[in-house]
Amino acid sequence: MQVSNSQLNTYNDGVVRQFSIMAVVWGVVGMLVGVIIAAQLVWPELNLGLPWTSFGRLRPLHTNAVIFAFGGCTLFATSYYVVQRTCHTTLFMPQLAKFTFWGWQAVILAAAISLPLGFTTGKEYAELEWPIDILITLIWVAYAIVFFGTVGTRKVKHIYVANWFFGAFIITVALLHIVNSAEMPASFMKSYSAYAGAQDAMVQWWYGHNAVGFFLTAGFLGIMYYFVPKQADRPVYSYSLSIVHFWALIFTYMWAGPHHLHYTALPDWTQSLGMVFSLVLLAPSWGGMINGMMTLSGAWHKLRTDPILRFMIVSLSFYGMSTFEGPMMAIKTVNSLSHYTDWTVGHVHSGALGWVGLVSMGAIYYMIPRLFGQKQMHSIKAIELHFWLATIGIVLYISALWISGVMEGLMWRAINTDGTLTYTFVESVKAKHPYYIIRLLGGLLYLSGMTIMLWNVIKTATSGKAAVAAIPPVAAHA
Amino acid sequence: MNDFTNSFWPVFITVIALGGILGCALLLWITSKIKSNSPNGDNTNGHVWDETLREMNNPLPRWWVWMFIITIIFALFYFAAYPALGNYAGKLGWSQVGQYEQEMAKANETVAPLYAKFAAMPVETLASNAEAKAIGERLFMNNCAQCHGSDARGSRGFPNLTDHDWIYGGNPETITETITNGRIGMMPPMGAAVGTEDDVKNVAHYVLSLSGSNHDAARAEKGKEKFAVCAACHGADGKGNQAVGALNLTDNIWLHGAGEAAIIKRINEGKTNQMPAQNVKFSAEQIHVLAAYVWGLSNTGNSTATETTP
Repeated sequence: MQVSNSQLNTYNDGVVRQFSIMAVVWGVVGMLVGVIIAAQLVWPELNLGLPWTSFGRLRPLHTNAVIFAFGGCTLFATSYYVVQRTCHTTLFMPQLAKFTFWGWQAVILAAAISLPLGFTTGKEYAELEWPIDILITLIWVAYAIVFFGTVGTRKVKHIYVANWFFGAFIITVALLHIVNSAEMPASFMKSYSAYAGAQDAMVQWWYGHNAVGFFLTAGFLGIMYYFVPKQADRPVYSYSLSIVHFWALIFTYMWAGPHHLHYTALPDWTQSLGMVFSLVLLAPSWGGMINGMMTLSGAWHKLRTDPILRFMIVSLSFYGMSTFEGPMMAIKTVNSLSHYTDWTVGHVHSGALGWVGLVSMGAIYYMIPRLFGQKQMHSIKAIELHFWLATIGIVLYISALWISGVMEGLMWRAINTDGTLTYTFVESVKAKHPYYIIRLLGGLLYLSGMTIMLWNVIKTATSGKAAVAAIPPVAAHA
Repeated sequence: MNDFTNSFWPVFITVIALGGILGCALLLWITSKIKSNSPNGDNTNGHVWDETLREMNNPLPRWWVWMFIITIIFALFYFAAYPALGNYAGKLGWSQVGQYEQEMAKANETVAPLYAKFAAMPVETLASNAEAKAIGERLFMNNCAQCHGSDARGSRGFPNLTDHDWIYGGNPETITETITNGRIGMMPPMGAAVGTEDDVKNVAHYVLSLSGSNHDAARAEKGKEKFAVCAACHGADGKGNQAVGALNLTDNIWLHGAGEAAIIKRINEGKTNQMPAQNVKFSAEQIHVLAAYVWGLSNTGNSTATETTP
C-alpha cells in the first residue's frame, strides 16, 4: 500500500464525531417530544389549546425526530465509522460526507419547523413535504456515493458483513423514499400523492414497513455486526448464518407491508401474501439475533462487568422478542384483535426503545471515547445507571401498552346477545387511563437515561480532544 | 370481481411468490452444503478486518433451520388454501367479504326473534319496555351520542332530543323517518332578500323579540315588516314549520347560537345542517327500537334525560 498523503493514513472521523454528538442531542429532543405527547394522552389539556402543540402535529414530530434525527444520525455516524475501519481506508469524497451532515441537520430543522406548523403529506413516517423530500433525496445520493465509494476503494478483499447490511439499508431507503414520495406539488409545501385509493395505501405501507425493515433493522444490524464482536472481543458466531439471514431478510421484508392493511379495501390475495411473508420473516430475523447473541459464547462473564456490552445484548433480546411478536401480529386472526389498538404502539416501542435505542446507545458509548482520545467514557457508573433506567422504562412502557391494547381490542369486539356493542368507544378510552400513566412513567425513565447519556457524552468530549486514528495495516488473509 | 387489468399480473405474482418461497428453501440448502475451511485452524474462516474482527465457521443452528423450513411449508399450504397466488381463489374459497357476510348473517339470525318481538309492539309501549330501552340506549350510545351527546341533549348544531322542541316532529312515525332516511335542513342566505345591513339587524331584533329575549324594541318594530320574507318558512308567527324543518323562533331554543350576532350571521349566511341516514347501518327492526328510545327520552320518565334545558 503506497501512501503519499498523510490524510490517507488516517480515518476521517470529523463527520463521525458530528453525527455522534447530534444523535445524542436529537435523541433527547425526540424522546422529550414523545414524553410530552404521552402526557397529552393522559391529560389532554396539555395540548394548551394551540394548533402547534396539538397531538396530531407533535406525534409526527416525535416519530420523525426519533427515527430520522436520532436513528438517522446514529446510522450515519456508525456506518461512516465502520465502513472506514472494515475497509482499511478513509472516507471516499470527504466533502460529500460533510454535505450529508449539514444537509441532514437542515432536513431535521425543516421537519421541526414544518410539522408543528401543520405541513404534512399525511403519509405516516413520510410526512415531510416535497421540497424537503427533494433535499432528502440529494443527501441520500451523496450518502450512497460516500459509502459505496469507500467500499469500492477498500484495501481488503472481502466486504465485512456489517457493510452488506449498511449497503442494503442505503439502497433500499433510496428506493422506498423515491417511490413513496412521488407526488405532484400544488404549491410550496403542498403536494398530492401520485397514487390513489387502495394503491396509495399499499405503496405507503410497502414504504412504512420497509422503513422499519431497512432503516430500523438492516441498518442497525450493520451496527450490531461491528460493535458486538468488537465490544465482546469475540469472532462473529457463524459466517454461513450471516449469509442466509442477510439474503432471506432483505428479500422477505419487501413483501410484509400488506399486514398493515388486513381487513381493508386491499385485495384478499395481497393481504395473504403480506401475512405469509411476515411469518417467513421470523427465521431470517432471528438469524441476526442468534449471530449477535452467540458471538458472546465464551465471553458471557463480560456482561457482569461491561454495561456497554449489556446495552447491546439486551438490545438483541428485544430484537428477538419484537421480531417474534411482529409475525404473530401479522396473522389475520391475531391482527383482527391487535389492529388499531395500543398493542401496535407497544410492539413498535419494544423494537424502537429496546432494539434500535439500546444498540445505538451501546455503539455511541463505544465510539465516543475513541473519537475524543479518551480511554473510556467519563463515567462508567452513569452508563450503568442509564442501562437500568432504560431497561425498566422499556418494560413499563411495553407491558402497559400490551395490557391496554389487548383490553381495548377485547372491549371493541365485545357484543351483547342482542347484537349491540357491550362498550362504547369512550368507555374503552377511559379504561386505558391508568395504563397511559404507566406508559408515561416508562417514557420518562427512558428519557432521563438519555439525558444522563448526553451529560456523559459532553463530559467525555470536552475533557478530550478530537482524536486522529491511524489506519492499521491489513492483516494477512483478509 | 377481477383484481387485475391484464392476465400477465396474476401469473407474475404467482411466479415471484412461489419463486421467493422456494428461493428461501434453496438458499438454506445451498448454504448448508458449503464446506467451510479454516486456514488458521481456529474455526474461523481466515478473514480479518480492523485487526480483530473475525468470523467463525459454525454451522446453521439446527433448530433455527427447522423453524425456517416449517414457516416455508406453512407458506405453501396457505397459498394452496387461501387466495394469495393472483387469481387463484384457494381451496377453502375464503374471502374477507364472505367471512363478513357469514358472520353478519349468523348474528342477524340470532337476534331476529328478539327484534321480531319488538317489531310487533308500538313505539309507545316499547319505550317503557326495560329490555328494549337497554338495547335502544346501547344503540344510541354507540351511534348517536357522537353528535347528540351521551345525555342526548345535543350541542350547538346538534338538536337536543330530550325536550319537546322538534324540528321535523316528535311523533313516533316522524322520529322513525328521521332516523331511517336522515334529514338535510337548509336555510338559504337571506341577507339580500331582507334588504340593507340595517334591515338585517332590525329583523334580528324582531326575531329576538319573538321569544322575549333582550332586544331593541324600536328596531324590532322596524324589522317586523321585513320578516315577511322569513315568514314563508318560519310562519307569520315565527313558530316554524315542521313540514320543511323550519325552526321555531319563539321558544328561546337556539340550535345555531343565541343573540344578535348569531342571528345576523344566520340571516346573511344561511345554514345547511345534516343528519345522516341510518338505514345503511341498521335493520328496520333496530331502528324501531331506537326510535322508541328516542321518543321515550321526552315522553316517559326516562332516568337519563327528563329535565328540560335550563
